[in-house]
Amino acid sequence: MEAGRPLGAARRRLGAAFWRRPWLRPVVLLLPPLAWMTILYLAALGVLFVSAFWGVDAFTGKLVHTWSLANFDTLIHEPTYRTIAIRTIVMAALVTITDAIIALPFAYFMARIAPPRLRSLLFVLVLLPLWASYLGRIYAWRLILAKEGALNWSLDKVGLPTVDIAYTNTAMWIVFSYIWLPFMILPIYAAFERIPDSYLEASRDLGARNWTTFRRVILPLALPGIVAGSIFTFSLTLGDYITPDLIGSKDFIGNVIYRNVLGLTNNLPFAAAYATVPLIVMAVYLALARRTGAFEAL
Amino acid sequence: MNRAWKRYLSWAGIAALTGVLAFAAAGCGGSDKKSSETSESNLPTKIGDGEGRLNLVAWTGYAQPQWVKPFQQQTGCQVRAKYANTSDEMVTLMRQGGGTQYDMVSASGDASLRLIKGGDVRAVNPDLIPDYDNFIEELKSPSHNTVDGKHYGISLQWGPNTLLYNTKVVKAKPTSWAVIYGPQYKGRVTVPDNPIQIADAALYLSKTKPDLGIEDPYELTEDQLQAAVDLLKQQRPLIKKYWASAADEIELFKNGDVVIGAAWPYQTNTLVADKAPVAETIPKEGATGWADTWMLAKKSKHPNCAYKWMAWVSTPKVQAQQAIYFGETPANKKACAVMDQLSKGSCAQYHADAPASYFKQIKFWKTPSRDCGNGEQKCVDYTRWQQAWTEIKG
Repeated sequence: MEAGRPLGAARRRLGAAFWRRPWLRPVVLLLPPLAWMTILYLAALGVLFVSAFWGVDAFTGKLVHTWSLANFDTLIHEPTYRTIAIRTIVMAALVTITDAIIALPFAYFMARIAPPRLRSLLFVLVLLPLWASYLGRIYAWRLILAKEGALNWSLDKVGLPTVDIAYTNTAMWIVFSYIWLPFMILPIYAAFERIPDSYLEASRDLGARNWTTFRRVILPLALPGIVAGSIFTFSLTLGDYITPDLIGSKDFIGNVIYRNVLGLTNNLPFAAAYATVPLIVMAVYLALARRTGAFEAL
Repeated sequence: MNRAWKRYLSWAGIAALTGVLAFAAAGCGGSDKKSSETSESNLPTKIGDGEGRLNLVAWTGYAQPQWVKPFQQQTGCQVRAKYANTSDEMVTLMRQGGGTQYDMVSASGDASLRLIKGGDVRAVNPDLIPDYDNFIEELKSPSHNTVDGKHYGISLQWGPNTLLYNTKVVKAKPTSWAVIYGPQYKGRVTVPDNPIQIADAALYLSKTKPDLGIEDPYELTEDQLQAAVDLLKQQRPLIKKYWASAADEIELFKNGDVVIGAAWPYQTNTLVADKAPVAETIPKEGATGWADTWMLAKKSKHPNCAYKWMAWVSTPKVQAQQAIYFGETPANKKACAVMDQLSKGSCAQYHADAPASYFKQIKFWKTPSRDCGNGEQKCVDYTRWQQAWTEIKG
């Protein structure tokens, strides 16, 4: 009881201070997240960018703090890194398109056709894989696609010729498309759900058939959702290195960075330089996505 | 217009702030250079009490409960081991956290000199290791861990990189490395995802194309490296997958995705124990190999436990256990008898009784350097090897 009184007084004084200075409240409220954002996020990006201009000692592999453009020079003039960057971007684009094609009818069915109970069930089914470990699912795919794995076993049982796609780009494409699919379905679903029924009725009243309604009313209204989903699938594929490592046999941008960080003599500066490539690609992508109004659909 | 200006200003603010913070962080990072020059001549003359903990960076299978558990009971040093898959990874791990995170590393010859020159490890006193006297002569002061008469660690085990194959598909025992460079098993070959693999190609070329003049597969001129790179690029379409870890390769063989490839004896042992139809061989061109050393981090916080560990893993019994488990050859001559007790014939199987000529025939991993190891300055350094490796894979 005794200790309660000064505490109460302090609280009152604090309350008064907040009342007298209205700007104090947002500052106190925003300071921790802002500090977090600047120190842990922006500063880390800043260090990343600065260290891209450093180098490493050839024999010991230790960091050398001298400024040079050597890393960027290697990136631009060494065709290997260009090939890897293009391979990564093309794969990200392919996965995005595949996911969009699969997700569109699925999300449409979920949002506009399925009865409520089936809709909840489908929701659970879409979200359920996200509860299992990403690594666990990738290893499962390794076993499915292996030469003597589940896929070939099944094909053999039903009398079809077996396929040899383990550790190829095809395998990577399948697994990437599978893993990121929920991230495409959800925003498209949200976009479909938001379309008012009256629009569709109006379209029908004006004589449009189903296909025309879909093409000229539903699809344009769902586009921001598709673009929002594509931001996820594109960026997640662009930055992944575990799937290429375990499922594929060719390097992605992330693998080169990983090997330069933990592997190839700890060449952090080069890793930093290469990390700017996906950053730039993503910046361009987001700038384009913004134009379609995708940010409102997120 | 006003709003646009505001937006530009806020962006400029963020950019400026980021820049300032980055430079501040960079400044902090730049000032920790001096500490590596501290005196190191005062070696300990006896092993003190253990510190209760020991953090290791080791090759897969080097810290098995079989010999770690009794060590923990006897010394009270709790062992935490982090397994690494390549020498490069080991060097990187030893430098993490300013070099204080790990006490010891089981470095192969291609990592040990990098760690010594980089000032990451300290000299040790072999007199404190009773079994040191029982080591084969070649591993008492080998050039990969002894510099200017100073011992930077205690030798452990050694062995060859072998050719592993599926006996169901590859019926006749291969006699040449040519099988992994030719189209015979296209799409069913695997080799390690490791730049040092270039040395395997160089070794093969040194026998098959003598006019290239390759004498040491680790000391290559630009032309010789290019020849090895060409061979490996030609091999690229034959490869199903470059294996990243021992477990990775084991799975590839088990699932039938690959039928032949470069491996360590550890994979063979694990697969054979699993009843997989595999066998290994050393082809006629010879083999690259490794000779590992337990090295002590310069800034280790548990040096007494580290010395106890070095003494422990050098004893004949542990040497024998590890040799049989991993499929390698112990440094301690006395391990041979124990090996035969544990598993009949294993001493001969893993060459623990082989003459010195067998040891000399293996080309042990070492870090390629510009001076060719003899001061000639015409070889290419390891950074070039790494670039070449990315080129081959890309």
